[in-house]
Amino acid sequence: MKQWYMLTVVGQDRAGIVAALAEALYRGGANLGEASMARLGGTFAIMLMVETNAERAEVERWLAAPVRDLGLQMHIDPIQGRLHSHVEPNVRILVHGADRPGIVAQVTAALAAQGFNILDLHSDVGGTREHPIYILMLEGHSAADLAVLEQALAPLRKSGVEVRATAIETMVG
Amino acid sequence: MAVLPGLVYPDERLKQRSVAVTAFDAELRRFLIDFEATMRASPGCVALAAPQVGRLQRIAIVDVSGRSNAPNNGCLVLVNPEIVLREGEALAREGCLSVPDYTGNVARASRVRIRARDGVGAERVYDCEGFEARAVQHEIDHLDGLLFLDRLVSQRDLFRRRVYK
Repeated sequence: MKQWYMLTVVGQDRAGIVAALAEALYRGGANLGEASMARLGGTFAIMLMVETNAERAEVERWLAAPVRDLGLQMHIDPIQGRLHSHVEPNVRILVHGADRPGIVAQVTAALAAQGFNILDLHSDVGGTREHPIYILMLEGHSAADLAVLEQALAPLRKSGVEVRATAIETMVG
Repeated sequence: MAVLPGLVYPDERLKQRSVAVTAFDAELRRFLIDFEATMRASPGCVALAAPQVGRLQRIAIVDVSGRSNAPNNGCLVLVNPEIVLREGEALAREGCLSVPDYTGNVARASRVRIRARDGVGAERVYDCEGFEARAVQHEIDHLDGLLFLDRLVSQRDLFRRRVYK
């Protein structure tokens, strides 16, 4: 029976990681679903939906060679596929400021308290080693009004972090 | 009045260039009634192009008046539309009746001037901005066989440009 898995792979970034894994999965007859992959610091991180009749152990066998050759770590969890049911984001939050502990915790706590559901989040550390800056970008679905979110996030501005919430208007034509 | 069945990507007809309308006749007017009804029957839909309902002619309808407080031209019937002026650039999210369960970010001119015929063949010129300008450009793309999928840009692009705007 077909089963969806979430394949998580991390390893030191280099060219060819995605190609090697995708080739092994393709040879195994697996179907790939949605994915998010990024270079975070010097590490390449993969989250990839994989659908197959094979057991988890067999998927691990397909991937054993590239994982070994490229020095990767992998993890496979059975999941429910639930494709074709995207939740549309209606709010975008942008945060940036001098890097310090607690930015993510404070921003997301304020959002969670309003029932905000994060659908996509990226953050980067920019600037210099001496003066790192933190940039957080997220999109999500909010049942609360933008004004309510703004108010919930306002205390963060006092701590020297720029926070902006904007409505995402999707044009459907 | 009838709601017309829509084409869904990857239907090849959505990739074809539509032809200009030459006959402004009763048949066209009957089509326009069903065409508008189809747009209004589709939840969240503010615009539609004729090829989306399988008619490969250069016809589009746009009505953002119910969705946007920004300036708009009400219900626009655009036959053989041409963009004669483009200004500015804006990135925003789009979806499409012909592409279910997916939305993405697309760069469009923020202001456009459109020359088109109306349903009875009279020449019209409209200035559109913002959400309406986006809708008009999305529909004219359909007439050229282009989908918003052909113009997707990454979310990171969107944020980076916004930060420094």
